[in-house]
Amino acid sequence: MLQSNPLYRSTPELKAKPLLAVEDLAVHYRTARGTSRAVDGISLEIHQSETLGLVGESGCGKSTLGRAILRLVEPSRGSIRLDGRELVGLSQTALRGERRRLQMVFQDSGAALDPRWTVGQLIEEPLRVHGIGSLAERRARVARLLADVGLPADAAARYPHAFSGGQRQRIGLARAIALEPDLVVCDEPVSALDVSIQAQILNLLHDLQARRGVAFLFISHDLSVVEHVSDRVAVMYLGRIVEIAAREALWRAPAHPYTRKLLAAVPSLERRGRRAGRGIDHHDTLPSPYSPPSGCHFHPRCPMAVERCRAEVPSLRVTSGAGHRVACHLA
Amino acid sequence: MSADSPVLQVEDLRIAFREGAAERAAVHGIGFSVAAGETLAIVGESGCGKSLTAFALLGLLPGNARARGRVRLEDHDILGLQGEAMRRLRGARIAMIFQEPMTALNPVLTVGAQIVEAIREHDAVSAAEARARAGALLARVRIPDPERRFVEYPHQLSGGMRQRVMIAMALACSPAVLVADEPTTALDVTVQAEILDLIDDLRRETGMAVVLITHDLGLVAEHADRVLVMYAGRAVETGSAASLFATPRHPYTRGLIAARPRIGSGARQRLAEIPGQVPSLGAVPRGCAFAPRCPAAGAPCRETLPLLEAAGAAAERVACLRWKDLHAPEQSPVSLDA
Repeated sequence: MLQSNPLYRSTPELKAKPLLAVEDLAVHYRTARGTSRAVDGISLEIHQSETLGLVGESGCGKSTLGRAILRLVEPSRGSIRLDGRELVGLSQTALRGERRRLQMVFQDSGAALDPRWTVGQLIEEPLRVHGIGSLAERRARVARLLADVGLPADAAARYPHAFSGGQRQRIGLARAIALEPDLVVCDEPVSALDVSIQAQILNLLHDLQARRGVAFLFISHDLSVVEHVSDRVAVMYLGRIVEIAAREALWRAPAHPYTRKLLAAVPSLERRGRRAGRGIDHHDTLPSPYSPPSGCHFHPRCPMAVERCRAEVPSLRVTSGAGHRVACHLA
Repeated sequence: MSADSPVLQVEDLRIAFREGAAERAAVHGIGFSVAAGETLAIVGESGCGKSLTAFALLGLLPGNARARGRVRLEDHDILGLQGEAMRRLRGARIAMIFQEPMTALNPVLTVGAQIVEAIREHDAVSAAEARARAGALLARVRIPDPERRFVEYPHQLSGGMRQRVMIAMALACSPAVLVADEPTTALDVTVQAEILDLIDDLRRETGMAVVLITHDLGLVAEHADRVLVMYAGRAVETGSAASLFATPRHPYTRGLIAARPRIGSGARQRLAEIPGQVPSLGAVPRGCAFAPRCPAAGAPCRETLPLLEAAGAAAERVACLRWKDLHAPEQSPVSLDA
């Protein structure tokens, strides 16, 4: 069935069988204010050694989706299969085994690092928890990992506070790749960094993927960063994917009005002193996920919306072929 | 200098922090000017001193910091003005908006009451007139449904709406200069575009000068007339935005431009990275502060502090010992051996 999917015919370097297959995944939070549909029925696939970018503005549910894939938050429905093995419903014990293959890097790795541990201990921890190697073997592996992420060997004996934001992100990456995972979910990994340091970390991710064949789900609000690192890009709006396409197709022929709005808003050196046909939009906030608009969630902000958009939820369907899918009645 | 005389002129601004009996310098003598209706961007990475510079303009430096040099606003020397004298200028002739408007807004006052207060602080108008002007300001910063927003509290507004309220307050007394310190860094990209487009429109309508403090070269390219690039407390390059992006001269400026991911740049590839990191305040190397990270640095760069010098025909200036070598004509000299 997958072989017949045009998405994979068009990208022969990808294996037909996905590494990760997410189907109709939903995360609903029940609170005093009602039910928040943070993730509302998302399907996507990630292939070995591939980077799928996930872009959207704050509150669109992209981080919740990333956490749900690792089951750091519990999905309300849907399926997450890693190499065909269902993760939803797996016990925490059984899940621990799968975690070796599935890791995460956060925006502020510094906050995720225990300040009382040395960097060496921090990087060794996942190896120890999973009972890998002897102490000496683990130490050797920590030394290799430090080199892999571009940190000096003497970093092992120092504490996290002695490192800058960019270096702490390197430490977080070393921990994430210690168990040689197949997929790393990177949640805004460079958003807190200065542009010169951001480039260093993006290059490091690029090199790690080339050397180890790891796949990334790269989550960011920054379309230019996502576009730079990704093979394919998914655009998320209020709990749903509105468009997914190969990176070139997305910027050459964006099909969803929201994608076009995002692209027009990205500051660009090439567009000096010229606005990219940006209109004035009074709805400059996402609607609440507690009471999302009817039909297409984007219709209140959409310059093209017609009656059907208010009434009917658009499905994510193939447009112009080549694995380019869009959820818009008018595309 | 341009034909328009500048509304704001800064000369040899130095900012240092007191540490016991000693002082630690953070900004080492920068200068710039802004004309009416013009946007000057001060760009650099964290720790370069750009926000300190902004705070110094408004007399808002922390208690342990001291500014020296000269800041001239219209016809007044304002650096070092204290208390009431500074307060009269602040808001009336020079105003500031911040990255996080929530820190500058009063959480227990309605939006309308805060703008009314800002107006009556400087203009002796009746409460009714101040209310009318505040309502008009909310409409002017394109807040939808301004009557309803007028009686709401800051926490009821989105980040973008709060920043619009801050801009409305800043405009309350028609300042000559608006200092915007990373005004959109905390906002989503679509909101960012709208806020900066709004500031552009207001600048054109009112003729106020804008000093835009940012780390984002893309915003500089889209919104600034002139640029000052800062590194480790010094200006390393300055000029018109058009010229700076067409022919960046300082290796740091070139590095920043190259390190920026661009949409539509073709196949996935590595970015040009600037190795190392910004030196911390106490550890700025002698010579050129950028030398340890600079691909073009030679031995003299590690010894001699480069000063800003004229480069190019217009007002471009660059502080680099090697900029001329880096800007040698593209073709190599004709070889006589051939």
